[in-house]
Amino acid sequence: MSGTFVGLPSFPQAAAVSTQDTQLRANLRHATRTIRDKRATAIGELSDWPQLRAAGAAIKDHTLAHLDHYLRQLEAAVTAAGGTVHWAADADQANRIIADLIHATGETQVVKVKSMATQETGLNEALQAEGITAYETDLAELIVQLGDDRPSHILVPAIHRNRHQIRDIFTDQMAAWGRPAPEDLTDDPAALAEAARLHLREKFLTTKVAISGANFMVAETGTLVVLESEGNGRMCLTLPDTLISLVGIEKTIPTWQDLEVFLQTLPRSSTAERMNPYTTMWTGTTSHDGPQNFHLVLLDNGRTDTLADTTGREALRCIRCSACLNVCPVYERAGGHAYGTPYPGPIGAILTPQLQGTSTPLTASLPYASTLCGACYDVCPVAINIPQILVHLREQTAQGGTTTSRGTPATATPASGHAAMRAAMRAATWTLTHPRTLHQAQSLATKTRRLHPKNPPGPAAAWTNTRDLPPLPAHTFNHWWKHHHSTEGTPQP
Amino acid sequence: MTIHQAPDGSPGPADGAREEILRRIRQALGNPASTTPDPTAVPRTYLTTHVHHTPEQRTALLADNLTDYRAHVHHTDQAGLPATVARLLSEHGTRTAVVPPGVPAAWLSAATGVDVHHDTDADPLTPRQLDAVDTVVTGCALAIAETGTIVLDAAPDQGRRVLTLVPDHHVCVIDASGQVVDSLPQALPRLDPARPQTWISGPSATSDIELERVEGVHGPRTLDVILVTSPPPSG
Ligand code: SF4
Repeated sequence: MSGTFVGLPSFPQAAAVSTQDTQLRANLRHATRTIRDKRATAIGELSDWPQLRAAGAAIKDHTLAHLDHYLRQLEAAVTAAGGTVHWAADADQANRIIADLIHATGETQVVKVKSMATQETGLNEALQAEGITAYETDLAELIVQLGDDRPSHILVPAIHRNRHQIRDIFTDQMAAWGRPAPEDLTDDPAALAEAARLHLREKFLTTKVAISGANFMVAETGTLVVLESEGNGRMCLTLPDTLISLVGIEKTIPTWQDLEVFLQTLPRSSTAERMNPYTTMWTGTTSHDGPQNFHLVLLDNGRTDTLADTTGREALRCIRCSACLNVCPVYERAGGHAYGTPYPGPIGAILTPQLQGTSTPLTASLPYASTLCGACYDVCPVAINIPQILVHLREQTAQGGTTTSRGTPATATPASGHAAMRAAMRAATWTLTHPRTLHQAQSLATKTRRLHPKNPPGPAAAWTNTRDLPPLPAHTFNHWWKHHHSTEGTPQP
Repeated sequence: MTIHQAPDGSPGPADGAREEILRRIRQALGNPASTTPDPTAVPRTYLTTHVHHTPEQRTALLADNLTDYRAHVHHTDQAGLPATVARLLSEHGTRTAVVPPGVPAAWLSAATGVDVHHDTDADPLTPRQLDAVDTVVTGCALAIAETGTIVLDAAPDQGRRVLTLVPDHHVCVIDASGQVVDSLPQALPRLDPARPQTWISGPSATSDIELERVEGVHGPRTLDVILVTSPPPSG
């Protein structure tokens, strides 16, 4: 089951296991490359992409710089439109609020739209302990839930499963959760999707409470926005009597107009489409249309601690498009599970240690789960400088420093017994013993090197001056070797 | 402001969470009293449209992008609309259809042998009843050519969001002369955020199984779009 991922091994250990999984690696390679190529085409259609990217980054930075103002404005707008706003400082508070709201309806079953915030808080497990069953309705999340498994990609959570495995999961498990799979179910994707449609429609028509996240919350109007492809989101956001949305406070944007930026950049960066098939927007409640009870739960859970870090706070711009996963050579080999949290890939490597602190072997090793090639920065539609934050967090795990924990200034001591150094060495060893990964990283990096930061500002500068982040060569070593040693073995000029 | 209370009235676990979160934000930003933000500081140097089209070209781009997402696009004029609707219903084998209250009667005037339900606030169909309906026929708020998107905003000719969600076949009528804009930046100022909205770009689809695209996991599996080149008949 998707969960809070506690007690997981550090990245290098988990990666060592997942790189042995040939199914996972083949699926990941296919998926990441397919999406990567399509995305480049979709973005090529927009001649003003750099301007959209700059505006997206500026809007998010502006919002973060006035987050208290915009959250209060959002709360007032949602309340005026008939919704109820709740605040949760951490995962336990959020789960407690949601469980109580469900108990108050007298229901014991809820349908869910895919939401990373609820994975982050471990909501499904918390509800289970309260006697409430949460049904995932996104096809991939359904596959993950029925398979008693964890999601491995932000966008394609069941990317580690092939069609045969999915058929077997449906045939074996659907009956225990509701309408059984058809007797003669084949592994044709259309047949599998139809089985999911029938299985889930029964749930949509009978379930009275739904839980969602949101892609954006518009402070000025109180509007929540959910982008999706399958229509399960529309079902959950429209059919039940009660809708509860758990949303990270960083998902706020100031104005209705700001949507013109993110509705252009998110679908193209994410699924490489001009627009995703369905977008639902709702403002409080509307009589005779949709849920008549709407609760918004605003989640902190480490976000304000991240905000306190002037270098790392950029991570809160993230709009969860997953483009950085699809270009990351380490992610392509290691897979999402190795990151040990709902947020895998480059964004996970900077967000998880900030949300949770760097005191566990997993979170201390995550900043090292990268070759610093810079491809993630290059594709990010809100221009998050992921390599710079990775270096900053490496400094923190190695040397300690000032940090913030649950709203209180704290001193981060270097991971005890040089755990961080061990984590770093293991991660470095892992990368160097997977030469293809390193080679890809170098190839990607040399193409983007002009975009790389030369000197990270802030305390990272001192550290990088002496230790890391060498200037990237114009060609990779492999490229140079091939170029200078032609078939005759004669060096070329 | 709402402070969470446990159902029995005892203080909930999140009491004070609002003040605590706002305090943490102000502390993180190093400004004890929040300054009033100036949203005009955001650079908006991006384009308001990527194309400069005649109305005909704009409609053609919309049709291309809708087709690219596997919606079926049909062209007609005001006089031909009832026959086009009737043909699409017949081709789909529709026996029952639902229409929101603001759809002009003329749109379905040529459809024979179809049982048409009128969904009103006073007499709404239940989701279970809608599940047995073959087709829904609606208008739209506007359409965006660059992205191939239809926007529904629950106005009387579009009705409740559930109407275009549960039936398997959606026929959407667009006034090509008045309802098509080029781009997202042109669309948003024309929409009212207070209204619930559904933006549709092709029928429902998933690529969750080995990245192979499958249409219609939930929601209408068939989306027929009728572009009317003169205003559709009213009444
Ligand atoms: S960090 Fe950037 S590229 Fe990665 S998921 Fe977030 S917005 Fe997308």
